[in-house]
Amino acid sequence: MRIRAHPIIDFKKRKELPFYFQKKKIVGEEGDTIASALHAAGVRTLTTSLKYKSPRGFFCGIGKCSSCLMRVNGVPNVRTCIAPLKEGIQVEMQEKLAELPNAEFFGEPKKTIDVDVLIVGAGPAGLCAAIECAKQGVSVLIVDENQRVGGQLIKQTHKFFGSKQERAGTRGIDIAKELEDDLRKLESEKKITVMTDATVIGCYESDKKYRFGAVERCDYKSILYDVRCNAVILACGAMENMLLFPGNDLPGVYGAGAVQTLMNVYGVMPGKRVLMVGAGNVGLIVSYQLLQAGSVVNRIVEAAPSIGGYNVHAAKLRRCGVLIQTSHSIKEVCGEKKVEGAVLIRLDVNWKPIKDSEEYIKCDTICLAVGLTPSTRLLSQIGVHLDYIPEAGGYVAPHDESMQTSVKGVYVAGDASGIEEASTAMIEGKIAGLAAAIQLGGSRNKKLLVQYREELVQLRAGPFGEKPRIAKEKIAKLAEVHHASV
Amino acid sequence: MRQYEKTGILSIKDLKIPSKKQFEKGVAILECVQEIPCNPCVDSCPVHAISMKDINAPPVNNFEKCIGCTKCVGVCPGLAIFVIKIKANTAWITLPYEFVTVPKVGDVVQALDRKGKVRGKALVKKVVKHGKTMVVTIEVNSSLAMSIRNIRV
Repeated sequence: MRIRAHPIIDFKKRKELPFYFQKKKIVGEEGDTIASALHAAGVRTLTTSLKYKSPRGFFCGIGKCSSCLMRVNGVPNVRTCIAPLKEGIQVEMQEKLAELPNAEFFGEPKKTIDVDVLIVGAGPAGLCAAIECAKQGVSVLIVDENQRVGGQLIKQTHKFFGSKQERAGTRGIDIAKELEDDLRKLESEKKITVMTDATVIGCYESDKKYRFGAVERCDYKSILYDVRCNAVILACGAMENMLLFPGNDLPGVYGAGAVQTLMNVYGVMPGKRVLMVGAGNVGLIVSYQLLQAGSVVNRIVEAAPSIGGYNVHAAKLRRCGVLIQTSHSIKEVCGEKKVEGAVLIRLDVNWKPIKDSEEYIKCDTICLAVGLTPSTRLLSQIGVHLDYIPEAGGYVAPHDESMQTSVKGVYVAGDASGIEEASTAMIEGKIAGLAAAIQLGGSRNKKLLVQYREELVQLRAGPFGEKPRIAKEKIAKLAEVHHASV
Repeated sequence: MRQYEKTGILSIKDLKIPSKKQFEKGVAILECVQEIPCNPCVDSCPVHAISMKDINAPPVNNFEKCIGCTKCVGVCPGLAIFVIKIKANTAWITLPYEFVTVPKVGDVVQALDRKGKVRGKALVKKVVKHGKTMVVTIEVNSSLAMSIRNIRV
């Protein structure tokens, strides 16, 4: 079902794109991904689990998991949640492990790109890093897996908190537009090269410079790029956490980011009746946005004894009549082929389920907002030192004040450097971008670097900044230890 | 733990309440009690009634200075500011609204409290667009001035 009326976003009717799913004709819209077009047409089952034959829908919706792999024009394992929809394509469900394809993978000869700085990820951190870097006269290549730049900003329809410098009071979607305008201006001046619908696949042997492989997808074929750079900034974001309960892989159990992407980027209604799991800011914000899109939010359950997100977000939902139950969690999902309901359970002070406290509710969608894990695989492959820091959301790279990791010239920013939020990601991006430019001799503006760091400290000063503050303190200490040992 | 941390609902006790005289001229009630890094309301105030010790401190409204102009209502990212004006038995509540069906002046809408419970009807007196946020003024009985915080159109 398409969202046609929305209080914040103007969903214009787009050009119709007919395509085939299991040989049956379906009509999507220009700008859709394959998965969003299928969802709009009522197709929620995209694949089956490898071990069992149980149906699966997508989970993360942003290209980070393997729940949406399908065969497109004969090419298997296409991540349909980020693959753009094209007219006339053949989309099929795969048999278990897909067969090796006959289609040509590298249809074009390898191309070489020489650049000062490679930036992986064009979300808030990556975009700010690219803009900051290019402004200092350092050449930049920025690569992102999605069709559009902006990362998760392009679905943040709420007004941002923070201060004037971080565009407080402006909606995330408008910040994304402002950043993209800045990026495209620098692109037209040939200071930045932008590569979308592309993936940086790894770091490779090289004499002097860093050498990365990047694959640009083109009509579901790929072009390989040999990217040589002097520094790299990894702003790869994060991945939604899964929760363990029976039925968690049924189509209709989605990550909060997937739900937000479907409704706010592609204008597709995720479901009619939604259960939200998790009352942190993400769970609260996405719940409110579901109401704005026209869904019913049955309730929000939170395992902790208190609401983790801001009270102002919780209050908005409560005055719309949405119940928030703390010390409650989901026990299991009900339904054969799709979500039909859920059993909730009350938890005691030790987070243990209380006997006979189960309650059944009817819903067609379950949305998990139970935290994120930094995407650090590329960092690990490069050989950057990683440590497990619970407050940062998992394994992260210890980095210094300039966001430089244990490997010289390798920087990190945003959620990939520890889970936080967009305002701080933008500042971290600016720091990494400027620091890389300084390292490469493009700038001497250390004063500005200090100013950015002060802004970060201010944003983290309150009680809600405690977790990232602890995480970043641990990261700084580990970075010192590691630098000393080197 | 405070009750609102469990329920999400603020009680009157969590808020600073203006005097009768201050209510008569109209004042902004800032239902923002936690330390969160946010300050657009401070910048939006034309008479500098709203202040903050630092960006994380909860905002404080000086009810003597506040002129009830409603500028802060559409600015607050948390949709947490309400302007209340009371004269005799009538109260006017100005609140932020971000849903598809926008009310028109003269409409009678449902008036909801902080729990989302319908507490009666309200007459729409004014609708001002602030970007995509609608700033709506409704008229209710004065006894509901500090209870009604939402409308259903």
